[in-house]
Amino acid sequence: MTMTNSQLPVRQLPKWIALTRSVGTSLGVGNWALGVALAAALVAGAVAGGLQASGRQAPEQQPPAAPAPQPAGGGPQPSGQQPSEVAVVISGDPGTPPRYAVPDFIAVNPEAAEAAKTMSQVLWDDLSFEREFYLIPRDTYATVPVARTADQIPFAAWRELGADAVAFGTVQRTGNNVRVEVRLFNVRTQQTAFSKEYTGTQANPRLYAHTISDEVHQQQRALRGVARTKLAFSSDRNRERMVGTVQDRDVKEVYISDYDGANPRRITTNRQLNLTPVWSPDARAIAYTSYRRGYPDLFVALIYDGVQQEPTKGGTQNWLPMYSPDGTRIVFTSSRDGNPELYIMNRDGSGVRRLTNHPAIDTTPTWSPTGTQIAFTSDRAGQPQIYIVGADGLNLRRLTTSESYADRPTWSPAPFNEIAFAARTGPGYDVKIYDLATGVTRQVTFGEGTNESPSYSPNGRHIAFTSTRAGRVQIFTIGRDGRGVKQITRDGNNYTPAWSN
Amino acid sequence: MKNETRGFMTTAGVVLVLLSVVAGCARRQAPVASPTPPLLAPPAVTGAAPPAPPSRVEESLPVPPEPIAADAISSRSLDELNRDSPFRPVFYALDGADLDEAGRAVVTANAALLRKYPTWVVTVEGHCDERGTAEYNLALGERRAVAVKTYLVSLGIAPDRVRTVSYGKEFPFDPGHDEGAWSMNRRAHFVITSK
Repeated sequence: MTMTNSQLPVRQLPKWIALTRSVGTSLGVGNWALGVALAAALVAGAVAGGLQASGRQAPEQQPPAAPAPQPAGGGPQPSGQQPSEVAVVISGDPGTPPRYAVPDFIAVNPEAAEAAKTMSQVLWDDLSFEREFYLIPRDTYATVPVARTADQIPFAAWRELGADAVAFGTVQRTGNNVRVEVRLFNVRTQQTAFSKEYTGTQANPRLYAHTISDEVHQQQRALRGVARTKLAFSSDRNRERMVGTVQDRDVKEVYISDYDGANPRRITTNRQLNLTPVWSPDARAIAYTSYRRGYPDLFVALIYDGVQQEPTKGGTQNWLPMYSPDGTRIVFTSSRDGNPELYIMNRDGSGVRRLTNHPAIDTTPTWSPTGTQIAFTSDRAGQPQIYIVGADGLNLRRLTTSESYADRPTWSPAPFNEIAFAARTGPGYDVKIYDLATGVTRQVTFGEGTNESPSYSPNGRHIAFTSTRAGRVQIFTIGRDGRGVKQITRDGNNYTPAWSN
Repeated sequence: MKNETRGFMTTAGVVLVLLSVVAGCARRQAPVASPTPPLLAPPAVTGAAPPAPPSRVEESLPVPPEPIAADAISSRSLDELNRDSPFRPVFYALDGADLDEAGRAVVTANAALLRKYPTWVVTVEGHCDERGTAEYNLALGERRAVAVKTYLVSLGIAPDRVRTVSYGKEFPFDPGHDEGAWSMNRRAHFVITSK
């Protein structure tokens, strides 16, 4: 039953939230569960053994604040022998995804009403994002009587609505803290498939929903969800102007937000151009290009420590950093030797070495998931095209041959082996994906505005990119299959998204 | 010994006077009008001061090295200068970073200005239109700015008077989305950073 023991990874655990693992008795599991506990345990065991492969596994170890997971069946269990975790995969009708309903969470006390509503709405959005489940629209729940407790859940009414799974959550607020209990029921069998309780501050109700969603995806689909990941991007949303000697110019600052655009936070405050932020693999540092010295140079913001670093230490022009997958090195573009070339350095700025050597432009690097190769843009054949070179500078080869103009290669994480890039497809650009195994290129966006700067989600299933399809330059996400476009930003112009682990 | 020194000082004084007269002639040229080739070998004006001339000679010069009061341009502040710049921008073809005939003419005229105001330091900004990608344009703008600097240096301007910076497509001069705007935005733009 280890699958449900997933904890918040270190990088995503703010100090103010502590998770407690659910205990069957504290939730008052209904008597329907008694007879099925054994069967449920068997099914769950099969799931744990059988659904490993799809999706990248999160490095979910070392929860700093959460209590150590209890062994299954441990803990106080005065009534009955039901295990503390009951994992059952809820399936839909053959050939269709399971249909989920997420009605409003129940506010145990009036102060919790707002948080309860937010959590259920966000959970609905989160669970629909991976498109593993079909989420029944929340405005169709009116015919279903509201259940104040789990044993009031009107399973027949949910079944009538076509639901295979229904979530039931309660939120209790005590001062600045909340206690959230959530359970996922199989509507057909009325079994609990997932149950857990969480406590922490009430400051960010969305994080509870994100955590629940990631854990449900992990348990039900052995899939690493991205609900707790973040985006970094460059934005002029604060509408500040640079007062320079030429004319007033828009500044761009680095921001981060949740993966869905909520909770935006400004990272830089220097009123200059701050561009192309990227996350370190541990999602604690953001490297970016800043013009705060009057020319482009690399800076690193340790966002949880409030520290700014300048690994290249000034004096040369450097831009477009990208962390290696193990976080130890940074590849970047620099004109220090006269024209734009690629360089690799250790993350502290030591050990700089030149990777490319060509009078043409070499820029926009991205690492392969193993850190052994780098894809980049070069115009050595005339127009910008995508190339690959070993991290040792050897074995350079051209990748794109049928594009008129290609830039911003972004290597997917495993298990996918593909490179997304922006290709000129007329007056503007579209996101395309080059499959390295087959050499086949497929298109993801199709001429709605201009579409640039793709960045993969850590599970490889989504791509964040910028598009002008809604007017100004905004960040969108889309499935790697080209489905499920979602607008993330709406304020100002927003550029060059990067998706955290 | 004394006579020798005086003789040297006299010679140096004559040379400086001659130089300033020649520079004055150059100054009377229209600053940016025509793409004339450089009239002078620039080191003769700017860089070739003798190693340690005694200061008394300078004090005795009848003509100051720069007619500051009479020059409307040099009396303006940096902000005023850059708002209505005496330097003309260089424009580029789509995706291109090479100087064409017109571009070289502009750089030549700008080089004459730099010779006329030998204390000025400029930053050449490389800009691109919105039709390139944001990332590649950072490099393309760099290339455009460096092309201008290289040509300026070939015309005799000291490299340390010309800095370059690329702004990619971050700072369009014309916010429009047509060829008229794009052609304005593909440019190398001169900014006076000190004078």
